[in-house]
Amino acid sequence: MKRISIDPITRLEGHGKIDIFLDEAGEVANAYLQIPELRGFEKFCVGRPAEEMPNLTARICGVCPEAHHMAATKALDALFGVEPPTTAKKLRELFYSIFYATDHTTHFYALGGPDFVVGPDAPPAERNILGVIKKVGMDVAGKVLKMRRDGHALIKMIGGRAVHPNWGLPGGVSKGIDETQRLEIEARGREAVEFAQFSLKVFDSLVLANTGYVELITGDVFVHRTYNMGMVDAQNRTNFYDGKIRVTGPTGKEHAKYDCAQYREFVAERVEPWTYLKFPYLRKIGWKGLVDGEDSGVYKATPLSRCNVADGMATPLAQAEYQRMYATLGGKPIHHTLATHWARLVELLYAAERWVELAADPAITGKEYRTLPSRTPTEGVGCVEAPRGTLTHHYATDERGILTRVNLIVGTTNNNAPISMSVKKAAQALIHKGQVREGLLNRVEMAFRAYDPCFGCATHSLPGQTPLEVTLRGPDGTPIARLSQNV
Amino acid sequence: MSQAATQPAKTKGTLAIYWAASCGGCEIALLQIDAKILDVAGAFDIVLWPCATDGKVRDVEKMADGSIDLCFFNGGVRTSEQEYMAQLLRRKAKVLVAFGSCACEGCIPGLANLNDRRSIFDTVYKEGSATAPENPKDVRPQPETQMPEGTLHLPVFYDTLKTLDQTVAVDYYLPGCPPEAERIWAAIEAILAGKLPPRGSTLGLATTVCDECKRKRNEKKIKKFYRTWQIIPDEETCLLEQGLICCGIATRAGCGALCPQVNSPCIGCHGPNEGVEDYGARLASAVASVIDSSDPDEIERIIDEGIPDPVGTFYRFSLAGSLLRRKSKKAVGNGVGK
Repeated sequence: MKRISIDPITRLEGHGKIDIFLDEAGEVANAYLQIPELRGFEKFCVGRPAEEMPNLTARICGVCPEAHHMAATKALDALFGVEPPTTAKKLRELFYSIFYATDHTTHFYALGGPDFVVGPDAPPAERNILGVIKKVGMDVAGKVLKMRRDGHALIKMIGGRAVHPNWGLPGGVSKGIDETQRLEIEARGREAVEFAQFSLKVFDSLVLANTGYVELITGDVFVHRTYNMGMVDAQNRTNFYDGKIRVTGPTGKEHAKYDCAQYREFVAERVEPWTYLKFPYLRKIGWKGLVDGEDSGVYKATPLSRCNVADGMATPLAQAEYQRMYATLGGKPIHHTLATHWARLVELLYAAERWVELAADPAITGKEYRTLPSRTPTEGVGCVEAPRGTLTHHYATDERGILTRVNLIVGTTNNNAPISMSVKKAAQALIHKGQVREGLLNRVEMAFRAYDPCFGCATHSLPGQTPLEVTLRGPDGTPIARLSQNV
Repeated sequence: MSQAATQPAKTKGTLAIYWAASCGGCEIALLQIDAKILDVAGAFDIVLWPCATDGKVRDVEKMADGSIDLCFFNGGVRTSEQEYMAQLLRRKAKVLVAFGSCACEGCIPGLANLNDRRSIFDTVYKEGSATAPENPKDVRPQPETQMPEGTLHLPVFYDTLKTLDQTVAVDYYLPGCPPEAERIWAAIEAILAGKLPPRGSTLGLATTVCDECKRKRNEKKIKKFYRTWQIIPDEETCLLEQGLICCGIATRAGCGALCPQVNSPCIGCHGPNEGVEDYGARLASAVASVIDSSDPDEIERIIDEGIPDPVGTFYRFSLAGSLLRRKSKKAVGNGVGK
């Protein structure tokens, strides 16, 4: 009788690990995604002045500090009961759109893309950004690098710094932009729209034109019928910066639509002893374990989720791509996890279009970009859509605005349960009779990668791209095979 | 056979880049040296960089001690696993650089030293406002959990976050949260050219952020400190002069005074200037010196009203590495906020 277990190659790698247990027949009995760290922001921010939060919580994640900076700033608006001037709101959304376009570009080309562009069965040494460059050519790589460089330069211009901006304040922002800056931002935005369209063409020609990949995307291995969560505007269209949180069920039916301040009525968190990361779930449905379906409170909050909960996109080119995606994949909602990559590109196009719209808005160079708060602070909740899911910051303070309680539900954390489920399902579908090959293990990993998980955010502890390694060991502990994520 | 015959050209060095309790921003900053990263790849074989290439800790374990030429280590040390990695890379690396504020002085996560593991776990797993009613059995993460299929392990979470040099000997420091790309490249150039200062040095400038700041400065006479949401400062005049706690006066230069350029005070992320042992003490004395009063009661009132969180203000980035280092563990359990 042969018992094979898949253990992490070493716990010393740290940043996210998967244990897959095989039963005596060599079939997958269970799989656990463990997050091995915590930093405790919710505790040590208590006692700090509330206005510190946009800067303190940016340090949760250096990959998406803009998301924390913005959620914190909005939580401060609510805490101090202050309405930012129109120019401030538009500047924040402009800043946020630039960030989104930059971040989604990174994921598609450097993190998720290699699986499709280079191929899921390509040798691990080629399945990385260098492999992508080799496949698509240096001129494409140049476009990707330029997109990222421009995005970071504009983030620095507007927010002060390219990593960890210092700009958001309750009631507004610390500085506006002038006409020279506006022209620069608009010009780069128009290029970003072209880049996003180009990226969708890359997806068409490399992924959708390949029947093998389409079968992979639409096959059962990567399907989870769960609830979805995302932010929508007044017309139920996707919005990253502001709106209501909408949750729809596995059939697409609306479960809830609420102001972010009400989040505790709708979201609860489960603690398990084997991971530092909590599992959020829908409170009104309840925790039924790591399972799919209408009766399980598990939900996803991803680019695909945002598309699923929305009625459409607010910009014309992105709306056309949105409709094409649903027409191609058989209507709403889509539960194929790998379609998240497509949805991310639709969002990239929306972010770029919104960037241009806002940069061209006459109000954007307005001189009124701060309202000084006058009310005594008490409690406030701020939400944005982080690229990796709905981000919630909730603060309570004393009358001086010193924090007495902090709760954070972070993008990737929303997806802790579905990521675990996706890994397990892929492992169960692909690993049989103890037989594992590298290509199959990569497909297990693809289930994980579609979520673009960022455990820096999730545990308020670990950095963005997650190096993940698992080892397949024989009964005597000898390594038989190895799998690692190549970025 | 002579060495020269077999190695006609300069051999490539080896480089390891590692992240411990960090946010990933140092990695992003390193990538922002942009095309120059190719020069780095030309000069070094990268033997470990979990963010960007295959993580191969096992291969590092097999290497001879001292066989890695250079290691950039970012992040603080909070868990047993991070401690192991710091010790491993110290043994293997000839030159170990504490890269970024977390490794140098603890950074924002070091503020957790005002608390301990128990109080952090209480907050996160018990009192968390979306957790409380659903965790009646007070479940908490454990180093070992027995599941039906086998045992699951987690690294141990320590009470105290340590800086890199509180864990192992450090050769050089590269400050900043994160370090700006220009400073990173200047450090790499110095390393490549073999023009490193004495061990223990900080790789950076020896001036302050104020020296880089273009704002107009006059005599500073402060009767009242303001919190950032209380005033709209003018965009030309020194922010400290306007009553905002701008940390530039105590903070090492190197960023180009970026935050004051968007009308925000410096928050001190580049750490203490050359020769300053304790950043918080230096900043506090600098701030005290601009108060326009000689009446002790008035001075106390000015500080109480304008600086309600002195530890978080003066030691925002440097608590773990400071002379204070952490709050006494006895005091932590009492739920004292500051």
